[in-house]
Amino acid sequence: MADEVRVVIADDADLVTARAEARAMAERLGFPRPDPTLIATAISEIARNIVVHSGGGEIVLEPFEDANRYGLIVIATDKGPGIRDVEAALRDDYSGRGGLGLGLPGARRLMDEFDLVSDAETGTTVTMKKWRYRDELARLREERGRRA
Amino acid sequence: MSVAILREGDYLIAAILSDLTDKEVLELRGELTELVGRYRSRGLVIDVSALDVIDSFVARALRAIVLTVRLRGAQTVIVGIQPDVAIALVQFRLNLGPLRVALDLDAARTLLDQLTGGEAEDGR
Repeated sequence: MADEVRVVIADDADLVTARAEARAMAERLGFPRPDPTLIATAISEIARNIVVHSGGGEIVLEPFEDANRYGLIVIATDKGPGIRDVEAALRDDYSGRGGLGLGLPGARRLMDEFDLVSDAETGTTVTMKKWRYRDELARLREERGRRA
Repeated sequence: MSVAILREGDYLIAAILSDLTDKEVLELRGELTELVGRYRSRGLVIDVSALDVIDSFVARALRAIVLTVRLRGAQTVIVGIQPDVAIALVQFRLNLGPLRVALDLDAARTLLDQLTGGEAEDGR
Protein backbone atom coordinates (compact mmCIF):
# COMPACT_ATOMS: atom_id res chain seq x y z
CA MET A 1 0.00 0.00 0.00
CA ALA A 2 1.41 3.34 -0.98
CA ASP A 3 2.02 5.96 1.69
CA GLU A 4 0.93 9.54 1.54
CA VAL A 5 2.87 11.96 -0.64
CA ARG A 6 3.46 15.60 0.24
CA VAL A 7 4.21 18.24 -2.37
CA VAL A 8 5.23 21.72 -1.26
CA ILE A 9 3.61 24.30 -3.53
CA ALA A 10 5.66 27.49 -3.75
CA ASP A 11 5.89 28.40 -7.43
CA ASP A 12 4.68 27.28 -10.82
CA ALA A 13 7.41 24.63 -11.20
CA ASP A 14 5.81 22.75 -8.28
CA LEU A 15 2.67 22.27 -10.36
CA VAL A 16 4.63 19.98 -12.66
CA THR A 17 5.65 17.87 -9.64
CA ALA A 18 2.11 17.85 -8.21
CA ARG A 19 0.65 16.66 -11.52
CA ALA A 20 3.25 13.91 -11.89
CA GLU A 21 2.88 12.68 -8.29
CA ALA A 22 -0.91 12.63 -8.59
CA ARG A 23 -0.81 10.63 -11.78
CA ALA A 24 1.78 8.22 -10.36
CA MET A 25 -0.28 7.56 -7.24
CA ALA A 26 -3.54 7.15 -9.17
CA GLU A 27 -1.88 4.61 -11.45
CA ARG A 28 -0.29 2.80 -8.51
CA LEU A 29 -3.68 2.49 -6.84
CA GLY A 30 -5.12 0.93 -9.96
CA PHE A 31 -7.39 3.72 -11.18
CA PRO A 32 -8.44 2.95 -14.76
CA ARG A 33 -8.19 5.52 -17.52
CA PRO A 34 -9.11 8.34 -17.74
CA ASP A 35 -9.12 8.79 -13.96
CA PRO A 36 -5.37 9.50 -13.51
CA THR A 37 -5.71 12.36 -16.00
CA LEU A 38 -8.86 13.72 -14.34
CA ILE A 39 -7.16 13.64 -10.92
CA ALA A 40 -3.95 15.25 -12.21
CA THR A 41 -5.95 18.01 -13.91
CA ALA A 42 -7.98 18.78 -10.76
CA ILE A 43 -4.78 18.91 -8.69
CA SER A 44 -3.14 21.21 -11.21
CA GLU A 45 -5.99 23.72 -10.78
CA ILE A 46 -5.92 23.59 -7.01
CA ALA A 47 -2.13 23.91 -6.92
CA ARG A 48 -2.24 26.92 -9.20
CA ASN A 49 -4.82 28.57 -6.96
CA ILE A 50 -2.35 28.18 -4.10
CA VAL A 51 0.50 29.77 -6.09
CA VAL A 52 -1.54 32.65 -7.47
CA HIS A 53 -3.73 33.52 -4.49
CA SER A 54 -1.74 32.61 -1.42
CA GLY A 55 1.91 32.49 -2.36
CA GLY A 56 2.46 29.02 -0.95
CA GLY A 57 1.05 25.93 0.66
CA GLU A 58 1.10 22.20 0.34
CA ILE A 59 -0.77 19.31 -1.19
CA VAL A 60 -1.02 15.94 0.50
CA LEU A 61 -2.03 12.92 -1.54
CA GLU A 62 -3.41 10.12 0.56
CA PRO A 63 -4.44 6.68 -0.60
CA PHE A 64 -7.39 5.03 1.10
CA GLU A 65 -9.13 1.71 0.82
CA ASP A 66 -11.78 -0.36 2.49
CA ALA A 67 -13.47 -3.63 1.65
CA ASN A 68 -15.40 -2.24 -1.31
CA ARG A 69 -13.51 0.77 -2.51
CA TYR A 70 -10.12 2.30 -3.10
CA GLY A 71 -9.42 5.91 -3.68
CA LEU A 72 -7.25 8.95 -3.47
CA ILE A 73 -7.74 11.86 -1.10
CA VAL A 74 -6.22 15.22 -1.95
CA ILE A 75 -5.80 17.79 0.81
CA ALA A 76 -4.55 21.18 -0.32
CA THR A 77 -3.83 23.83 2.30
CA ASP A 78 -2.53 27.36 2.21
CA LYS A 79 -2.19 30.21 4.66
CA GLY A 80 -3.35 32.83 2.21
CA PRO A 81 -5.98 35.51 2.72
CA GLY A 82 -8.84 33.05 2.26
CA ILE A 83 -11.73 33.16 -0.16
CA ARG A 84 -14.31 35.70 0.88
CA ASP A 85 -17.28 34.19 -0.89
CA VAL A 86 -16.84 30.43 -1.20
CA GLU A 87 -20.25 29.91 -2.80
CA ALA A 88 -19.40 32.38 -5.53
CA ALA A 89 -15.93 30.90 -6.04
CA LEU A 90 -17.54 27.57 -6.86
CA ARG A 91 -19.84 29.08 -9.46
CA ASP A 92 -18.86 28.87 -13.10
CA ASP A 93 -19.00 32.58 -13.78
CA TYR A 94 -16.85 33.62 -10.85
CA SER A 95 -13.49 35.13 -11.62
CA GLY A 96 -11.24 36.04 -8.75
CA ARG A 97 -7.83 37.68 -9.05
CA GLY A 98 -6.09 36.55 -12.20
CA GLY A 99 -9.34 35.30 -13.68
CA LEU A 100 -8.93 31.76 -12.39
CA GLY A 101 -12.62 31.38 -11.70
CA LEU A 102 -12.90 28.32 -13.91
CA GLY A 103 -10.51 26.37 -11.75
CA LEU A 104 -12.54 25.43 -8.69
CA PRO A 105 -15.85 24.43 -10.32
CA GLY A 106 -13.92 22.59 -13.02
CA ALA A 107 -11.83 20.66 -10.48
CA ARG A 108 -15.01 19.80 -8.59
CA ARG A 109 -16.52 18.26 -11.72
CA LEU A 110 -13.46 16.06 -12.23
CA MET A 111 -13.58 14.55 -8.72
CA ASP A 112 -16.21 12.58 -6.77
CA GLU A 113 -16.16 14.68 -3.61
CA PHE A 114 -15.07 18.26 -3.13
CA ASP A 115 -15.02 20.34 -0.01
CA LEU A 116 -13.67 23.84 0.55
CA VAL A 117 -13.13 25.55 3.90
CA SER A 118 -11.75 29.05 3.95
CA ASP A 119 -11.35 32.00 6.26
CA ALA A 120 -9.05 34.95 6.62
CA GLU A 121 -7.41 33.60 9.79
CA THR A 122 -6.40 30.12 8.77
CA GLY A 123 -6.34 30.24 4.99
CA THR A 124 -7.96 27.76 2.65
CA THR A 125 -8.23 23.98 2.70
CA VAL A 126 -9.58 22.06 -0.27
CA THR A 127 -10.30 18.37 0.21
CA MET A 128 -11.09 16.30 -2.88
CA LYS A 129 -11.69 12.60 -3.26
CA LYS A 130 -11.85 10.22 -6.15
CA TRP A 131 -12.80 6.64 -5.54
CA ARG A 132 -13.64 3.46 -7.33
CA TYR A 133 -15.49 0.34 -6.32
CA ARG A 134 -13.22 -2.67 -6.43
CA ASP A 135 -15.50 -4.50 -8.77
CA GLU A 136 -17.60 -1.94 -10.55
CA LEU A 137 -19.33 -4.52 -12.75
CA ALA A 138 -20.26 -6.77 -9.85
CA ARG A 139 -21.63 -3.76 -8.00
CA LEU A 140 -23.76 -2.65 -10.96
CA ARG A 141 -25.09 -6.18 -11.42
CA GLU A 142 -25.95 -6.35 -7.76
CA GLU A 143 -27.78 -3.02 -7.87
CA ARG A 144 -29.69 -4.18 -10.90
CA GLY A 145 -30.59 -7.42 -9.17
CA ARG A 146 -31.93 -5.48 -6.23
CA ARG A 147 -34.05 -3.26 -8.42
CA ALA A 148 -35.50 -6.16 -10.43
CA MET B 1 12.69 25.10 -23.42
CA SER B 2 10.97 21.79 -23.97
CA VAL B 3 9.35 22.81 -27.22
CA ALA B 4 10.80 21.97 -30.64
CA ILE B 5 9.94 24.56 -33.27
CA LEU B 6 10.42 23.62 -36.92
CA ARG B 7 9.80 25.54 -40.07
CA GLU B 8 8.17 23.77 -42.97
CA GLY B 9 7.50 26.01 -45.94
CA ASP B 10 4.78 28.49 -45.02
CA TYR B 11 4.05 26.66 -41.81
CA LEU B 12 5.58 26.62 -38.37
CA ILE B 13 5.37 23.46 -36.29
CA ALA B 14 5.73 23.72 -32.52
CA ALA B 15 5.99 20.34 -30.83
CA ILE B 16 5.70 20.43 -27.06
CA LEU B 17 8.05 17.72 -25.82
CA SER B 18 7.20 17.48 -22.13
CA ASP B 19 5.00 18.93 -19.42
CA LEU B 20 5.55 22.70 -19.26
CA THR B 21 5.57 25.14 -16.36
CA ASP B 22 3.15 28.07 -16.57
CA LYS B 23 6.12 30.33 -17.24
CA GLU B 24 7.20 28.21 -20.22
CA VAL B 25 3.65 28.25 -21.56
CA LEU B 26 3.63 32.06 -21.48
CA GLU B 27 7.09 32.24 -23.09
CA LEU B 28 5.88 29.99 -25.87
CA ARG B 29 3.22 32.54 -26.77
CA GLY B 30 5.80 35.31 -27.13
CA GLU B 31 8.19 33.13 -29.08
CA LEU B 32 5.59 31.84 -31.54
CA THR B 33 4.20 35.33 -32.11
CA GLU B 34 7.71 36.52 -32.92
CA LEU B 35 8.62 33.58 -35.18
CA VAL B 36 5.37 33.71 -37.15
CA GLY B 37 6.34 37.27 -38.11
CA ARG B 38 10.00 36.55 -38.76
CA TYR B 39 9.28 33.62 -41.09
CA ARG B 40 6.08 35.14 -42.48
CA SER B 41 4.36 31.88 -41.61
CA ARG B 42 0.76 31.49 -42.71
CA GLY B 43 0.04 28.52 -40.57
CA LEU B 44 1.02 27.25 -37.15
CA VAL B 45 0.67 23.72 -35.84
CA ILE B 46 0.95 23.13 -32.10
CA ASP B 47 1.49 19.49 -31.16
CA VAL B 48 0.23 18.89 -27.63
CA SER B 49 0.47 15.10 -27.62
CA ALA B 50 3.15 15.19 -24.90
CA LEU B 51 0.81 17.06 -22.55
CA ASP B 52 -1.06 14.67 -20.31
CA VAL B 53 -2.81 17.50 -18.52
CA ILE B 54 -4.50 20.46 -20.19
CA ASP B 55 -5.99 22.53 -17.40
CA SER B 56 -7.73 25.90 -17.52
CA PHE B 57 -4.44 27.82 -17.64
CA VAL B 58 -3.04 25.87 -20.59
CA ALA B 59 -6.39 25.96 -22.39
CA ARG B 60 -6.52 29.72 -21.96
CA ALA B 61 -2.91 30.09 -23.09
CA LEU B 62 -3.56 28.05 -26.24
CA ARG B 63 -6.55 30.23 -27.01
CA ALA B 64 -4.42 33.33 -26.50
CA ILE B 65 -1.73 31.99 -28.83
CA VAL B 66 -4.32 31.29 -31.53
CA LEU B 67 -5.77 34.80 -31.27
CA THR B 68 -2.37 36.50 -31.10
CA VAL B 69 -0.77 34.77 -34.09
CA ARG B 70 -3.95 35.36 -36.06
CA LEU B 71 -3.26 39.06 -35.66
CA ARG B 72 0.16 38.31 -37.12
CA GLY B 73 -1.45 36.67 -40.14
CA ALA B 74 -1.25 32.98 -39.26
CA GLN B 75 -3.92 30.34 -38.69
CA THR B 76 -3.36 27.76 -35.96
CA VAL B 77 -4.26 24.10 -35.72
CA ILE B 78 -3.78 22.13 -32.49
CA VAL B 79 -2.91 18.47 -32.93
CA GLY B 80 -2.53 15.45 -30.72
CA ILE B 81 -4.99 16.03 -27.87
CA GLN B 82 -4.77 12.74 -25.94
CA PRO B 83 -7.99 10.74 -25.49
CA ASP B 84 -7.94 11.09 -21.70
CA VAL B 85 -7.21 14.80 -21.99
CA ALA B 86 -10.18 15.20 -24.34
CA ILE B 87 -12.41 13.50 -21.74
CA ALA B 88 -11.02 15.74 -18.98
CA LEU B 89 -11.59 18.91 -21.04
CA VAL B 90 -15.22 18.01 -21.63
CA GLN B 91 -15.89 16.99 -18.03
CA PHE B 92 -14.16 20.18 -16.83
CA ARG B 93 -16.29 22.13 -19.34
CA LEU B 94 -13.32 24.04 -20.64
CA ASN B 95 -14.39 25.97 -23.68
CA LEU B 96 -11.79 25.70 -26.39
CA GLY B 97 -13.87 28.08 -28.50
CA PRO B 98 -11.72 29.37 -31.33
CA LEU B 99 -9.32 26.42 -31.40
CA ARG B 100 -9.10 24.38 -34.56
CA VAL B 101 -7.97 20.84 -33.91
CA ALA B 102 -6.79 17.92 -35.98
CA LEU B 103 -5.90 14.39 -35.04
CA ASP B 104 -2.34 14.41 -36.35
CA LEU B 105 0.18 16.37 -38.37
CA ASP B 106 -1.08 15.19 -41.75
CA ALA B 107 -4.63 16.21 -40.94
CA ALA B 108 -3.33 19.55 -39.63
CA ARG B 109 -1.50 20.26 -42.89
CA THR B 110 -4.58 19.47 -44.93
CA LEU B 111 -6.66 21.76 -42.74
CA LEU B 112 -4.09 24.57 -42.96
CA ASP B 113 -3.91 24.18 -46.74
CA GLN B 114 -7.67 24.77 -46.83
CA LEU B 115 -7.53 27.67 -44.39
CA THR B 116 -4.69 29.52 -46.05
CA GLY B 117 -5.43 28.50 -49.64
CA GLY B 118 -8.11 30.99 -50.70
CA GLU B 119 -7.65 34.73 -50.76
CA ALA B 120 -11.32 35.25 -49.96
CA GLU B 121 -11.12 33.76 -46.51
CA ASP B 122 -13.69 35.03 -44.04
CA GLY B 123 -10.96 36.29 -41.78
CA ARG B 124 -11.76 33.99 -38.89
